[in-house]
Amino acid sequence: MNETYGLRINGRDEQVREAWLGESLLYVLRERLGLPGSKNACEQGECGSCSVFCDGVLVNACCLLAADAVDAEVTTVEGLGAGSTPVQRAFLDEGAVQCGFCTPGLVMAVTDLLQRTSDPSETELREAISGNLCRCTGYGRIFAAVRAAQQGDAQ
Amino acid sequence: MTDTSTRERADRVVGHGLGTSAPRPDGTPKVRGQFAFSSDLWADEMLWGRTVRSPHPSARIVRVDTTVAEAMAGVHAVLTAADVPGRATYGLEHTDQPVFASDVVRYHGEAVAVVAADHPETARRAAAAVVVDYDVADPLVDPEAAIDAIPIHPDGNVFRHVRIVHGDPDAAGDVVVEGAYEVGMQDQAFLGPESGLAIPAEDGGVDLYISTQWLHVDRDQVAACLNLEPERVRLTLSGVGGAFGAREDVSLQVHLCLLALATGRPVKMLYSREESFFGHVHRHPARMTYRHHATRTGDLVKVEARLVLDGGAYASSSTAVIANASCFAAGPYRVPNAVIDGWAVRTNNPPCGAMRGFGAVQACFGHESQMDRLAAALGMDPVDLRLRNALRTGDVLPTGQRITGVAPVRECIEAAVAHPLPPPAADDPLERPGGAGLTVDSADVRRGVGFAVGFKNLLYSEGFDDYSTAAVRLELAADGEPVATVHCAAAEVGQGFVTLAQQVVRSELGVERVVLRTADTGVGSAGSTSASRQTWMSGGAVQAACEAVKIALAARGGDLSAGPIEELREHHHRPTSPLDERGQGDAHVSYAFAAHRAVVDVDPGLGLVRVVQIATGQDIGRALNPLAVIGQIEGGIAQGVGLAVMEEVLVADGCIQNPSFTDYLIPTALDMPAVAATLIEQPEPGAPFGAKGVGEAPTISSTPAVVAAIRAATGVELARVPVRAADIAMPQAASRGAAQT
Amino acid sequence: MTIARPRTVADALDALGALPGAQLLAGGTDLMVEINFGRRSPDDIVALRRVAELGAFEVGEEVVLGAGVTYSVLEHDLADELPALAAAARTVGSPQIRNAGTVGGNVGTASPAGDTLPVLAALDAAVTLAGPEGDRTLPLDAFITGPKRTAIRPGELIRDVRFRRPRGPQLFLKVGPRNAMVISVACCAVVVDADRRRVGIGLGSVGPRPLRATAAEDALAPLVDWDALRADRDAIQRAAALSAEAAEPITDHRATADYRRHCVGVLVERALTRGLEP
Repeated sequence: MNETYGLRINGRDEQVREAWLGESLLYVLRERLGLPGSKNACEQGECGSCSVFCDGVLVNACCLLAADAVDAEVTTVEGLGAGSTPVQRAFLDEGAVQCGFCTPGLVMAVTDLLQRTSDPSETELREAISGNLCRCTGYGRIFAAVRAAQQGDAQ
Repeated sequence: MTDTSTRERADRVVGHGLGTSAPRPDGTPKVRGQFAFSSDLWADEMLWGRTVRSPHPSARIVRVDTTVAEAMAGVHAVLTAADVPGRATYGLEHTDQPVFASDVVRYHGEAVAVVAADHPETARRAAAAVVVDYDVADPLVDPEAAIDAIPIHPDGNVFRHVRIVHGDPDAAGDVVVEGAYEVGMQDQAFLGPESGLAIPAEDGGVDLYISTQWLHVDRDQVAACLNLEPERVRLTLSGVGGAFGAREDVSLQVHLCLLALATGRPVKMLYSREESFFGHVHRHPARMTYRHHATRTGDLVKVEARLVLDGGAYASSSTAVIANASCFAAGPYRVPNAVIDGWAVRTNNPPCGAMRGFGAVQACFGHESQMDRLAAALGMDPVDLRLRNALRTGDVLPTGQRITGVAPVRECIEAAVAHPLPPPAADDPLERPGGAGLTVDSADVRRGVGFAVGFKNLLYSEGFDDYSTAAVRLELAADGEPVATVHCAAAEVGQGFVTLAQQVVRSELGVERVVLRTADTGVGSAGSTSASRQTWMSGGAVQAACEAVKIALAARGGDLSAGPIEELREHHHRPTSPLDERGQGDAHVSYAFAAHRAVVDVDPGLGLVRVVQIATGQDIGRALNPLAVIGQIEGGIAQGVGLAVMEEVLVADGCIQNPSFTDYLIPTALDMPAVAATLIEQPEPGAPFGAKGVGEAPTISSTPAVVAAIRAATGVELARVPVRAADIAMPQAASRGAAQT
Repeated sequence: MTIARPRTVADALDALGALPGAQLLAGGTDLMVEINFGRRSPDDIVALRRVAELGAFEVGEEVVLGAGVTYSVLEHDLADELPALAAAARTVGSPQIRNAGTVGGNVGTASPAGDTLPVLAALDAAVTLAGPEGDRTLPLDAFITGPKRTAIRPGELIRDVRFRRPRGPQLFLKVGPRNAMVISVACCAVVVDADRRRVGIGLGSVGPRPLRATAAEDALAPLVDWDALRADRDAIQRAAALSAEAAEPITDHRATADYRRHCVGVLVERALTRGLEP
């Protein structure tokens, strides 16, 4: 049976109309709400490409039933700001972007990390993004981007 | 020589021309989630396609019944082999793969039918409702046996046998070492699964928005299968989420277009991660036996090798992969005598084809394991042995081809070993093997250092008519400033050709503002984004078009106000020739070399490994974008490390056991070693800008370097990659389970 | 498909009563994967995300962990009180998964590779089930009946997991072929209980359900110096060998049975060495 329900995404109320209730938040964001920034690379919580904030907590949108997110504040990569954030700029400047498929999820994970910890150690950083697979960069430029974003924040 | 530690920011020269770390033009949309990958496409009235795949690796199809699926609400089409109007098969080099299996299936996951429905869940259920009765047969899964077995395809079981006989095949050395080695099946595991959108056109043709490595070769295969003129099949590149060889072959392209034409509606397809493992080719598993002969002082006398690559059910690029594996089987060394037999064979295993390194990866694990074994037999330092035999310009390869370009093998080796060794692991469990599993105490960790060198050809080989096309238009924008527009079909898959194209135009024309038109089949072919070739080939085409624009502009006295200037040029590399019956011939254009030194920490008790550092020296010709070069080197090393210690598509009786990111493991941020890279810049004669492609070399010798380091730490003979924990912890046990037959 | 979104356990039980056969949904990290892949398509779902009381925990003489306590809470908020459970939680999936997945989900899914399960087994944990007839409590061993099989009845949900808080070292070690996001090939938990003078040894991924190495525990207990909380190397090695014998591993695509058994011996020896400093 299909159902219509409301979601709150990036500070806006959205209506999901006549949707199959088995749809993940990731599917609804991408295919019903025109927010394809969260990527679908595995649909099983093993890649982090669909990372979003749900009530401020970093989760995989593929593992969240959209119809169970009805009273949550969801923030996607599209909701981080009108321009580029320091984290996003650092990804650009430091060469952390190649194909870019993992990038939105990594931007979310790094944003989460730097919100929680202003000065993460090397291993804290690695662990914090260990749920975000990148196949292009070998992570080296991503580490550099996080350092640059940190320094940018500190200034 | 540029020493670029990964912690340093590369120099940024104002102007963003060649030699600067110019930023990616697609970078801002990518970091904001606004870049349109092929999976992000959407059209009004769009349907969803879904593939019906064989659960068996070998079977006769008795009956396909689509009636239940067709009758389901929301289902708009169910298509099988009978619905293919044109050629029933496709293939990159040999058209031996059916669009849909009709009489027999030859691998686990082969497509039998496709459905289109109004919701992906409906499409999934409809696909499940297609009834296929199979008469299941025993699969042919042993590549050695396949050579002489009853053919499982009308084209036979041997894709190609390459025999290279060089010098005196009976030559012998004072010291002889033998070894047998295996490489498991690696997957490219790009992050963005196969996807695309096909839209039927009013002229009876179709527009396909697709992630691919080569638009034109896809277009030609799709048109033939649809029985349409190529002009009526228009392909446009949409955002590509990585490739690494896995998008060289057609996957869902024909299916998408068939569904769009059958339904008259736009159709989107998007493989799940699981389906992606069935939907593209993998790196060939290899079985290799080697015998190296050397003098007592360590000069190589002869290399004998037999390489058997399992190509799986269909040809893909197996014939070229085995040529590469064979050509580079002896490694980047002077080898006066060689006898090399390379076989690529057909089995009922998953089809294999292109992946970063393309045959050189498998061979490198063999020849570098042998070089270590030889060094041990000679009592020599493994690095010294390699330096002593390192190829130089002017040397002759086992194919009889003389190296005319730069060959800084010695410099690569010396640069790799010159990097300081990393300090002992800090007292943080995450820095020990096993990580957060807290499996080992510092005192039980053993460190090892290993070394390897590799090389590979750049560009296409063996007489292939390889070229790229680019159009450059120069005009005054509305504000009176000059703007250049580039139209080139080169597939941007993440490597950064879009950045390079802008840099070339800026440097050649002195124009800051450079617009890139979307890559599509509206311009001539750019060839494939593979074989480390786009910087050279499409970079060369853009450069040639810029030269022509400059000449035209000069003819006008430098006055752009009279209107735009547009020039289109092709770049061809110098011709090559096929290998003859003795495997001799000037088959290749150029080569890239790299050396890797790996440092690992091993827990011998449990067999867990942490790769601590990879130091490398890489022959790159010239760094056109230093930051992008470092990104390619680090990314390539990550894939080499993955093959060394964790990545394998496990196949049992022809069936893939681990088609998911839960069980096909690629390195995470906690698995990636520190990288220290030295770029060896010696401009390559004949290459545009003197630059060599940089993407593949990092993947080739990083794998054997890691394995050598594990051997050094443990003393365990390791003859197979990926190295499994049990291979280290229980080397005597029959540690290969039933899952790995 | 329908979805109920109760805010209390009582409402959740009512919803389960009204929707027989409904699937419980908490963190979603197991169920959503099944739905995404079309392997399960439940008619009805009772979503527990809003049931605040399930997210509560108490750490006193007795530890009560609400079923909705996430791995992240175990990892970050209870690392001092429950070190083995926190260590196990830290090895579950990714940070994103740990932010969503729950201890109740781990217990309810009852995967042979569930990372918290050998710890809970070593802690002699019990599972409280809330049902239409009221609550009932089952030892973990009785609750998990086989691979992905439990004694939960229709209409019930897991309210909490509880155990007496032991005094002594608690350790968790896990073998996986990657340093993050990895399913256990073998893991073990060791809980030194100075009050009861027992050392609990739980094993994971080496049997159809979490195992207790009872023979090893029985052999070890009398050999421990309970005042100093030490045991000698022979006693530890003997217990490790008995633990390896207790394993019931299988060979699959992740590892061979022989390697898994080998891991058990190594892991238990190392855990006991850390816990009982010979």
